[in-house]
Amino acid sequence: MSALSQAWSRAERRLDRWFPAGTNPLVNLGAIACLLFAILLLSGIYLFVVFDTSVSGAWNSIDTLSRQQPVPGGWLRSLHRYAADAFALVTLLHLVREWVLGRYTRFRRVTWLTGVPLLLFMYVSGIGGFWLNWDRLGQYSAIASAELFDALPLLTGSMARNFLGVDSVSDRFFSLLIFVHLGVPLLLLFGLWFHLQRITRPAVWPTRALSVGMLAMLGLLAALWPVMSQAPADLATVPSAVPLDWILLHLHPLAELLSPAIVWALIGGVLLLLLALPLRREQALPVAVVDADNCNGCRRCVADCPYAAITLEAHPNGKPGRQIAVVAAERCASCGICAGSCPSATPFRSARELVTGIDMPQQPIGALREQLELALAGAGQGRVVVFGCDHGADLRQIDDQRVAQFSLLCIGLLPPSFVEYALRNGASGVVVVGCAQGGCAFRLGERWTAERLAGTREPQLRASVPRERLRMIFAGPGQEWRVAVAVEELRGVRAT
Amino acid sequence: MNKISIWIGQGLLYAAFAAVIGIFSQWPSYQHLAPERALVKLSFSHQGELLGECVEQSLEELAKLPPNMRAPKRCPRERSPVSVEIDIDGVLAHQQVAQPSGLSSDGASAVYQRLEVAAGAHRIGVRLKDNARSEGFDYTLEQDVTLAPAEILVIDFDSAHKRITLQ
Ligand code: HEM
Ligand code: SF4
Ligand code: SF4
Repeated sequence: MSALSQAWSRAERRLDRWFPAGTNPLVNLGAIACLLFAILLLSGIYLFVVFDTSVSGAWNSIDTLSRQQPVPGGWLRSLHRYAADAFALVTLLHLVREWVLGRYTRFRRVTWLTGVPLLLFMYVSGIGGFWLNWDRLGQYSAIASAELFDALPLLTGSMARNFLGVDSVSDRFFSLLIFVHLGVPLLLLFGLWFHLQRITRPAVWPTRALSVGMLAMLGLLAALWPVMSQAPADLATVPSAVPLDWILLHLHPLAELLSPAIVWALIGGVLLLLLALPLRREQALPVAVVDADNCNGCRRCVADCPYAAITLEAHPNGKPGRQIAVVAAERCASCGICAGSCPSATPFRSARELVTGIDMPQQPIGALREQLELALAGAGQGRVVVFGCDHGADLRQIDDQRVAQFSLLCIGLLPPSFVEYALRNGASGVVVVGCAQGGCAFRLGERWTAERLAGTREPQLRASVPRERLRMIFAGPGQEWRVAVAVEELRGVRAT
Repeated sequence: MNKISIWIGQGLLYAAFAAVIGIFSQWPSYQHLAPERALVKLSFSHQGELLGECVEQSLEELAKLPPNMRAPKRCPRERSPVSVEIDIDGVLAHQQVAQPSGLSSDGASAVYQRLEVAAGAHRIGVRLKDNARSEGFDYTLEQDVTLAPAEILVIDFDSAHKRITLQ
């Protein structure tokens, strides 16, 4: 972990205090972006119904809406605008987060690469929206955009010439402007589908609390500070001072300050950088390995794999109807969440050597059982066992002879039966540590583990296991104290 | 963390986000053109004259061509570049040679140029040359104009009537 990504993680864990139980907005930026996009589509449909698509009527139709129908018309209009601003900011933050946390290579490469065009579509849709009002701001933005385009050696003739007409722009050209604001968002929707192809159960809706919070925030802003049109566009004069939307329209002043050519070079440079970033060669990670003799095709790993890396195929043993899990290497995140889901991964099996249906070569379940047995043997009796992960609280910092700690690839790798096995073998208690609620460093690992321990997801921790001797907590890097507190609590239970 | 501090914390964060959106979606106002300034836009899309005359083909020349290409006249399609000069109050303000568009240089030459001037009275001089084989400029126009602040003066070329226009 680089210093930057560590600082980001710490900031995120700090924000957990205000947004507990997986409602942290920094962990849900992709989902918030989807919510904002949905708000934009719905409010946009309403606006389009009342919108007059002719040059002469456009301004009037929107201005009248704001003045004569403040609710819901004017309010929806303001909501549409503020949601667009929020969408831009949240998407940018989503990108920055994935970048800072280094989440753009290997199994995330395709997701990252399909995200980049979305950024472009978002900008174009946002800028295009201002044209439709056809007020002074729309006029400024449309002409500035045309002048920017004219700097590209693509088109013959001049796009900006369309705005010379002292009377008005032609209706035909105005239809082109409208098309940009209808067509590009559809491209965005389509691109989003690609973006989420390699993600199992993508979080496209934020938690209820976050959705309500975002909606209330935007709704209040739109009600208290409604967006109003500027004066209608007038091509005979320059809109010399405009109240600019800096969040979406900053490229226009930038092109004036530098030059259109430099702005294009900047845009091209940023896009190239974003596209080149994930192409860096990385050392390949170990891939989950399936053992044919121990896989009965039960499908649990398929359901739990966060990156849709597992499919079922016909079993090589040739028995009719039998299936086997097959892992697509390029999609595998090396998280081990599949190993934690496999019914064969139980330490109670009598085989001397524990081989599971699906396993991680660098951290096999069989080796984990041996290490656990070793830690609880002899003088190890009565120790508290802590299962954590490499991405959360640093378990090496626990300096206590009476604790046996195991840092896993992901907490999702832990088959729940290991909790019972540890207690039966003399552990005084078990602490299971997820790195962040709702914010697994892979995806979903902490959620599946919590559900397996609670008995609401297969494989379940058996109901007979005394729950007072088990703690499931969340502790990220820098929150090692939480683990210490949980250990102390378990000792307290034991003492009384 | 108790419930109240969670409410306060979330409220603060939402308020901060709302403030960023509310403020920067309209403030600060951007001064695109300084007050007391006006704009001259020189823009035209005009096809220059043909570079060469049509030539009558001699009978021997025609005989060498495949039958479907035996036109009695051969006309080069290439166009002259269009040169333009603008004087504002007797001072050269812009000068440009626009090459014809198209792969075989047979399309229109396009020009789009913004020139900021102080509002008020100006003498505008426009000279345009669209024929490489003629001497000097083919079209000229001198005109006094008075521009209000923020007003746009469009200098165009009316290809149908072959004249420079100021609007
Ligand atoms: C329209 C804008 C975008 C939307 C609505 C969006 C939405 C989402 C959603 C819903 C997820 C799944 C989150 C989860 O369930 O774990 C996601 C993941 C991701 N997005 Fe985006 N995204 C957008 C733009 C971008 C951009 C511009 C980039 C970067 C270039 C990007 C990079 C990623 C990456 C790397 C992941 C994978 C995260 C992981 O594997 O843990 N996204 N996005
Ligand atoms: S290691 Fe993770 S990503 Fe790979 S197959 Fe198993 S669950 Fe899927
Ligand atoms: S969970 Fe185990 S047994 Fe079930 S399909 Fe996956 S590898 Fe096979």
